[in-house]
Amino acid sequence: MDTEDRRPAAIRVENLQKRFGEVEAVCGVDFEVRAGETFGFLGPNGAGKSTTINMLCTLLRPTGGRAVVAGYDVATQRDDVRREIGLVFQDMTLDTYLSAAQNLRFHGQLYGVPAARLETRMQQVLELVGLWDRRDKDVSTFSGGMKRRLEIARGLLHSPRVLFLDEPTVGLDPQTRASIWEYLNELRHQEDLTIFLTTHYMDEAENCDRIAIMDAGRIVALDTPQALKAAIGTDRIRLETDDGAAAAAAINRNFGLEATSAGGALVLQVPDGERFVPKLLADLGVPVRSVSVTRPTLDDVFMTYTGRTIRDAEAAPGSEIPAMFRGRR
Amino acid sequence: MTTTVTPLPVADVHRPPSGLAADLRAARIVCHRELLRWLKDRRRLAAGLVQPLLWLFVLGSGLSRVVNVGPGNVDFRTFLFPGVLATSVMFTAVFAGVSVVWDREFGFLREMLVAPIRRSSIMAGKCLGGAIVATSQAVVILALAGLCGVPYSPVLMLELLGVLFLASLSITAFGLLLGARVANIQSVMPVIQTVITPMMFLSGALYPTAGLPTWLALATKVNPVTYAVNPMRHVLFTHLDLTPAAAKVLDHQLTWGGWPVPFALQLVMLAALGLVAFAIAVRRFSKTD
Ligand SMILES: Nc1ncnc2c1ncn2[C@@H]1O[C@H](COP(=O)(O)OP(=O)(O)O)[C@@H](O)[C@H]1O
Ligand SMILES: [Mg+2]
Repeated sequence: MDTEDRRPAAIRVENLQKRFGEVEAVCGVDFEVRAGETFGFLGPNGAGKSTTINMLCTLLRPTGGRAVVAGYDVATQRDDVRREIGLVFQDMTLDTYLSAAQNLRFHGQLYGVPAARLETRMQQVLELVGLWDRRDKDVSTFSGGMKRRLEIARGLLHSPRVLFLDEPTVGLDPQTRASIWEYLNELRHQEDLTIFLTTHYMDEAENCDRIAIMDAGRIVALDTPQALKAAIGTDRIRLETDDGAAAAAAINRNFGLEATSAGGALVLQVPDGERFVPKLLADLGVPVRSVSVTRPTLDDVFMTYTGRTIRDAEAAPGSEIPAMFRGRR
Repeated sequence: MTTTVTPLPVADVHRPPSGLAADLRAARIVCHRELLRWLKDRRRLAAGLVQPLLWLFVLGSGLSRVVNVGPGNVDFRTFLFPGVLATSVMFTAVFAGVSVVWDREFGFLREMLVAPIRRSSIMAGKCLGGAIVATSQAVVILALAGLCGVPYSPVLMLELLGVLFLASLSITAFGLLLGARVANIQSVMPVIQTVITPMMFLSGALYPTAGLPTWLALATKVNPVTYAVNPMRHVLFTHLDLTPAAAKVLDHQLTWGGWPVPFALQLVMLAALGLVAFAIAVRRFSKTD
């Protein structure tokens, strides 16, 4: 959201902690999510994202700190919190024996959606995720992407103020992931809703208004994706010339920059690459064969704050969730 | 920069009523799901019916030629009838309760646990659903009463249904309790075989409890299932024209240390055992890490 929202924060978290015996899964996080915002938690497996979400949605008791969701304390006003939130868990939670409509009806009735409204609301949310035509089909016949969409529809059915999505696209192929995001973006426009989601996909985090980067139970950075990338800096310019050594010397002499050679090309870092390239070409004095500018990615941001890439963090021993906590999809 | 803030669509924020009415409503919704699943699951329906038929007409007919059930020429199938009813109800109800393990493993339990309703109402809904399923399957066996020498007396049928329903409720609660303690689907069958099957055998569902060796008589008395089987048998045999000698064997009076336990107290025991199982199960499901 680029506009200021004057409503009270949708989620306010102060020094929230969770320890499982020896394991400190969440070691004191602070953040605020504004009403209407789409807020993302980005981090590798085992960072503590699911644990945080489960505390915010009252399924886990914090061992320290405080969290207020939609104006209610997650520890002392559980039912109030539960009425105001919608949930899409990391693992599937549909009854595959039942049809899509039966799953939704069950949910709507449990949440006390008035019977007169339930059928119209079901149509709204099923149309939103493109499943209205399949409403009477058994969920067991659905693909992974369709099940996810149905779960999103179900999470919205009782018109929650905050929608939580834990890894909404994990385990789906890239095309399906993209389509889930189309639906989510659509939803941001149609419903007056705060969205809190977790992901370990960099490209998805880009869709959020703001993201918190989480690693080993801590938030290491929090801002808009643009600001995070801008803060670490610099664009990368890759330059192929006829004479690398001469070019490097010229760059040093004319611009006071250090160029490193990599794979037969020169690489240099500058704050605003696209404005720098014309000057570079004009003043270099060495014929240039090709030039490219790369912006910093969230990968670079993650690297800067944690000292490794998110893929390395995933591969690290101990970051994997024990099999018993993993459900099936 | 100032923007107008879109107010929340107030009409959309539902406040389901709380209190007993809300709990009952939630239980009814959960129960409805149990019934939907049961009606969709043809195999479960069929399995629930084939078993009792095997007992009554294969085992019962096979043995009726060699087994003489006490004095008075009572057909072995007649004797077996209440036991088979009890066995059928027992397995159906236990499975209905234990199905919470499937709910947990396939994730649906979370969907229920995170809803703004009391957990006891979820569990009550499951018990109610299980009891309706188990009683309905028993009705089909009741329909075969005539083939087993049991009269179609409306009073008898109503009384049997009442006891069956109470037993189903209690046994489903017991199944829930088992489900709460079983870690995963793989352990369900072994637990059923080591807990439920012995309880079925020790309940006297399949043999008269008169004149048992002391250890077996004692095991029968501490076995909760006995308090489901015995009332059923009592209801049935008081409606048959038995000689006093036959009644003494077939409708054997349950005693505690020589004291005859009244029929009503047996039913109270049945309900109380169910309530205890229910309370422990609810406590286990209400725990939050
Ligand atoms: N119920 C639990 N008991 C013990 N440890 C847990 C439990 N749930 C999560 N953990 C541990 O807490 C850490 C964070 O896990 P999680 O929140 O699932 O991470 P993420 O969702 O970011 O992948 C991991 O080390 C995980 O093994
Ligand atoms: Mg997770």
